Amino acid sequence: MCLGIPGKVIELYESSGMKMAKVDFGGVVKEACMEYLPEIKLGDYTIIHVGFGISILNESEAAETMEMLKQIDALGEETPGV
Amino acid sequence: MKYLDEYRDADLTRKLLADLRKTITHSSKTPDRGWTLMEVCGGQTHSIMKSGLDQMLPPEINLVHGPGCPVCVTPLELVDKAIALASRPDVIFTSYGDMLRVPGSDRDLFAVKAAGGDVRIIYSPLDALKIAQENPGKTVIFFGIGFETTAPANAMAVVQAKAQGIRNFAMLVSHVTVPAAIRALMESPDVKVDGFLAAGHVCTVMGYWEYEPLAEKYRVPIVVTGFEPVDILHGILDCVRLLESGRPEVWNAYARSVTREGNKPAQAIIQRVFETCDRPWRGIGVIPQSGYRLRPEFAFYDAELRFPEIQAIDTKESSLCISGLVLQGIKKPHECPAFGKECTPQTPLGATMVSSEGACAAYYRYGRISHR
Repeated sequence: MCLGIPGKVIELYESSGMKMAKVDFGGVVKEACMEYLPEIKLGDYTIIHVGFGISILNESEAAETMEMLKQIDALGEETPGV
Repeated sequence: MKYLDEYRDADLTRKLLADLRKTITHSSKTPDRGWTLMEVCGGQTHSIMKSGLDQMLPPEINLVHGPGCPVCVTPLELVDKAIALASRPDVIFTSYGDMLRVPGSDRDLFAVKAAGGDVRIIYSPLDALKIAQENPGKTVIFFGIGFETTAPANAMAVVQAKAQGIRNFAMLVSHVTVPAAIRALMESPDVKVDGFLAAGHVCTVMGYWEYEPLAEKYRVPIVVTGFEPVDILHGILDCVRLLESGRPEVWNAYARSVTREGNKPAQAIIQRVFETCDRPWRGIGVIPQSGYRLRPEFAFYDAELRFPEIQAIDTKESSLCISGLVLQGIKKPHECPAFGKECTPQTPLGATMVSSEGACAAYYRYGRISHR
């Protein structure tokens, strides 16, 4: 139920007084409500849950985390046995 | 797909598993069982089973599955009310798809649909408003279930109904909240959890500041965790690090989506539309201050008040089903005598066997019949 899928905002507009967007999920485009993301702009990646954007994915946080996770391994000695 | 593929990377997964093995020092205060971690969210449970992470983890890590499946914890009484409402000829009943196969006392919403009831699966609560506008002669009821992740979306449907003057719309509300559930689990003498993986999308909306007093009070680390295999391993690794160093803190392993403060506009609409209340959780019982109900100014949209004749319903729960114990991490699905026998996705005795977030459904689907 709390499933959230990342997608890219490709169009922003207003409908019934609400901020709406077209969001591209790797080729599948769906409409979503952006009322909870007042700062969203074209090209941002957002997590969509039941038709609503709930976060703007933070690219620098993502890069930092990925770098950190990869470094953990660089410090390791064992060869993974899986 | 960006933000998905890199978090499903097999090489990185292997690297993180190797690091996890090195992090465990066997200095656990309960060496006989290692560290028991609970992933709160059923979406994480399914991701763990689908990717096979549970079978790759070091034996010192015992994952138990939490109550984060809103379909599973929606009380039977409300499922029966939904079935009674959906059976009315003057009602179009709308719901997220997962809810339709959840067993009520004597049938499910699919059976109502098969018998001619107008039951419709929707993707977003705003779809229910469109259906209401297109069908002015009917009352459109939306089954508003969910955790904090879903609450802003469901709240928006009510706000929009009021703003647009859509009066033939009502919501059957069954909202629940995670911190209250963690508190209840930690207060229970039967639950043995050393650390929690908190639900990343609940925290996307609510932030994680609410968990800091819980971690401190119950001396239990809580790590905000995402949903892909790399995210889940990151959460487990951080949680084990905190356990091994004896630090009951809250860490964020899903920083690309979650901030400590969360999504303020989303929290504001929850506050505007809902108020906190005691809620019964299916199989678990009433958890104080664990749910949301509509505030009095939105009472017009409360389906239970709109149709007061459905208030008293005698519920009948399966005597075999142990889903309440599964939802608290006390039992695993395959430890239930009915698992895979009397109870299958085709003949479910409990909601955990049919929900896409239910632990029993995950074990059945991915063949964890006798695994630890």
